Amino acid sequence: MSLIDALARMEAAATGAARPLATVRHRHLAARPLVLVPLTTAGETGAPLGAMLGTDRAAPELFTVPQPRDRDLRFTFLERLAEALLPHLESCQDEVEFVERKETDPDTGKRVTVQAELCTDAPQVLVPTGPGIDVVRLLGRSMRFRRTAEEDPEAPHPAPPRVPLLGRWLTHYAERARVPGSSLLLSMTDLLTRHWATGQSRLEDQHLGALLAWIAPPDGIPGAEAARRAELARDEHGQLLVPPAGPATDPAFDNRLLAPALARHDKGVPGAAEEVHELIASQLRPTWEAMWQGVDLLRSLPEGAHTADRWRRDRQSYTHHRDRLRSAEPPQPRRDDAVTAARKLAMREQRQAELDAQEALDDPLVMAVRRLAGEAFAARAAHVEPAVSEGKRPTPRPLVTVRAEEHDRPLLAEGDAVYRALPEGGGQRAEVVGAPEPGVYVLRLVNGMGRGKEPAPGTVPEPGDRDCWTLFEHAPRGGPALPEPEETPWTHGGPPPEATAEPPDPTTPEDLL
Amino acid sequence: MTPSPPPGAPSTAAPPRSRRLDALRGGPEVPQRPLDARALSALAANPGCRRRALLDGAGVDKAAVAQALGAPAPFGQSQFAFVRGNAFEARVKADGGEALLALLCESTGEERPEPSAVLVPDLTADGPAGRAARTGLALAEVPAGQWALLDHPLLTLEVAGATAYLEPDALAVHPDGGVTVIEIKSFPVLDGTVDPTKAGGAARQAAVYALALTGSVPVREQALLVCPKDFGNQPAGGLLDLRKPLAACRRQLARLTDLDAIADLLPEGAHFGTEQDRAALTAAVESVPAAYAPECLATCELAFHCRERAREAGAVEALGRSVRGELGGLRTVHEVLAAARADADDPAARDPAAEALRRAAALRAEALATAAPAPAQAGTPAPPAGGGTEGGLACR
Repeated sequence: MSLIDALARMEAAATGAARPLATVRHRHLAARPLVLVPLTTAGETGAPLGAMLGTDRAAPELFTVPQPRDRDLRFTFLERLAEALLPHLESCQDEVEFVERKETDPDTGKRVTVQAELCTDAPQVLVPTGPGIDVVRLLGRSMRFRRTAEEDPEAPHPAPPRVPLLGRWLTHYAERARVPGSSLLLSMTDLLTRHWATGQSRLEDQHLGALLAWIAPPDGIPGAEAARRAELARDEHGQLLVPPAGPATDPAFDNRLLAPALARHDKGVPGAAEEVHELIASQLRPTWEAMWQGVDLLRSLPEGAHTADRWRRDRQSYTHHRDRLRSAEPPQPRRDDAVTAARKLAMREQRQAELDAQEALDDPLVMAVRRLAGEAFAARAAHVEPAVSEGKRPTPRPLVTVRAEEHDRPLLAEGDAVYRALPEGGGQRAEVVGAPEPGVYVLRLVNGMGRGKEPAPGTVPEPGDRDCWTLFEHAPRGGPALPEPEETPWTHGGPPPEATAEPPDPTTPEDLL
Repeated sequence: MTPSPPPGAPSTAAPPRSRRLDALRGGPEVPQRPLDARALSALAANPGCRRRALLDGAGVDKAAVAQALGAPAPFGQSQFAFVRGNAFEARVKADGGEALLALLCESTGEERPEPSAVLVPDLTADGPAGRAARTGLALAEVPAGQWALLDHPLLTLEVAGATAYLEPDALAVHPDGGVTVIEIKSFPVLDGTVDPTKAGGAARQAAVYALALTGSVPVREQALLVCPKDFGNQPAGGLLDLRKPLAACRRQLARLTDLDAIADLLPEGAHFGTEQDRAALTAAVESVPAAYAPECLATCELAFHCRERAREAGAVEALGRSVRGELGGLRTVHEVLAAARADADDPAARDPAAEALRRAAALRAEALATAAPAPAQAGTPAPPAGGGTEGGLACR
């Protein structure tokens, strides 16, 4: 944890209210996000117990499983989940814009420009916690290989029609959630902890109720006290006043309320299914409200400047998945082949570097963390000396002497590259030529000054100008491109085989999900 | 998966132990709570905590103490998980452990024995000491070249001068005399992978069993983890490497200070009996220093009490272990904030940690001031800090 973030936590602990960790919102927040609060049965590989979902705070849909061990009831649940979720997930498929992108022509091997569709928006899904994202992944995994009666008339337990499709969408969303900075599927605790520091540890921040208690404490109650209430307070029957945000339920709820109700349901007591339904709803409703409270809090922050760029990548990812479904490709495999895995890892690394740079550029508070670490510094130009490069075509290479501000200690040596954002947009690179005294650096500007013999106006700092220079690139590039899949070397298993549909999981009498 | 006995369950026969530890529980009639592998691996994860070492070592029921202190632990196991875990273990062990040994042989590459050729000794006996003795005898009696499977054996381990009884799910004796610890868990192995944190927990627990076996039998360095496969109930097995957790566990348990030395910290006559009034109990608990960290919340019944105390004292550890790293000798939130605000000319502020804090506070205050409008939430203004803005551009 950075010292600045640690300091923010201590300020929060001392003042009793959360302190900002960001001055802008670093994640895209859709106008109509779909909030999904799933619950699972303890000890049963994510066997669903119920879910509350919807895009309208006032009108959530609620589905429950009156007996999680009953395969038919689970299938009914999944079917209704598919009916509720798929219209949202498919809602942005048809509104597209056209973008140009470079592609290698398979015949000539040349890079050519092609027109491609890009969905103008993508549906966003919000879940309460990190384990909630795992549930989405698990649900996706459990459904995408299922066969419907239409696909396989012989199957002993055919899945309801749209369930395998939902499995593929959920798998895609869960996989996308692993990409740094992506916003298709987000957890509320991650979103809130990115933007606020509480006076408790990160571990305790995983409790959505406690986290919100710090960020928006009820009137006059210090955050620590409100968080303790959210974590521990129980009513006279020993039930938590704020049920956990899932996906697991509180053991006291399981043992004292749910288990007897399930037993009554198994005995066929009239009204037992409704009783279970209402019990599960009682555990979901507070989290549902907390989710929307979180959404409101996040909306109070202005969106970071680069957030739209990253959301565009999410839209691309959404469009790609739509295309794969439309071209009837088989479901995502259980395990990625070496080529896909290598591509995914390289892409995630690159997105992480990009996210780190963009968050710092968008937000002075994040930049402060980098400045403290010596990876960026604010400096005023003291002296500017025109100079040109040696060589056939002389180009401007002005020397700018800058003085770092009092609290900046950049880790610079001669020859290092530093970067700044130009006032008119775009970036500029400079090289450190010398450091005549501590905190003073002579920088040679090397690009971003136009094509002329004289630098374009506004591209060279004037004496007295204050700039923030970074030691990291503003748009970090990834490593060298990977070979085309057909040219995968034998070290990585050679060219991957044609994608084929994997067999469904075998069914056993007591299987789950 | 071993069902831990319900809190406060009396162990049937108290083993011989110093009267002093009996007195700590509030008298010999207060039942001793046995140390199990879960508690030991949690203890090994925080070996600096003398409070936990003493209370666990003396067999004090920490949940009852926490309740009496007014900070009850929210632990409990859902009966769904319990039923499912037991059902899976019973299923795996049905047919005399044939399936278990098949999984083991598949993992190690050994030849699968005929079910009739596997010795399954009866381990029933009275009391933990009797069962432990029976287990030791059974292990010694397995003839060379013979497979044997021990279902719920009982092992002993000396921890800081107290005897802990440990009950692994099963032990397998190979024909070469080697012993494999078998852990049966109900979390799934999905497409060949398990949740790494859960597998790590299982490995630490298995390491405690392996440690208890070390010295008496040649225990293998890999344990067998058995989990349900994918979404079904079919068992799948895999080997867990125990070398690292075993080394860590051995080192940490060896570091546990001798219980007598810790018990000396208590005032004369103080004990942890829950019958006494809350103030006396609190005083007794407080007289033994704890090493609270947020990780304790998941593993220790007293954690919520310790957290309250740590927060009252403003201990920086309450915000997470990683926070301590850059703070040098500063131990409390108050000290840190004071150092961050201190005048640069103050001699105390020349400490490198304090200097870094001042810079951090200045940079943070500058960033917050330049980012207008300030975020709507967390409405209190930034505390005054050194440095300031020069009113120029936001550094962005």
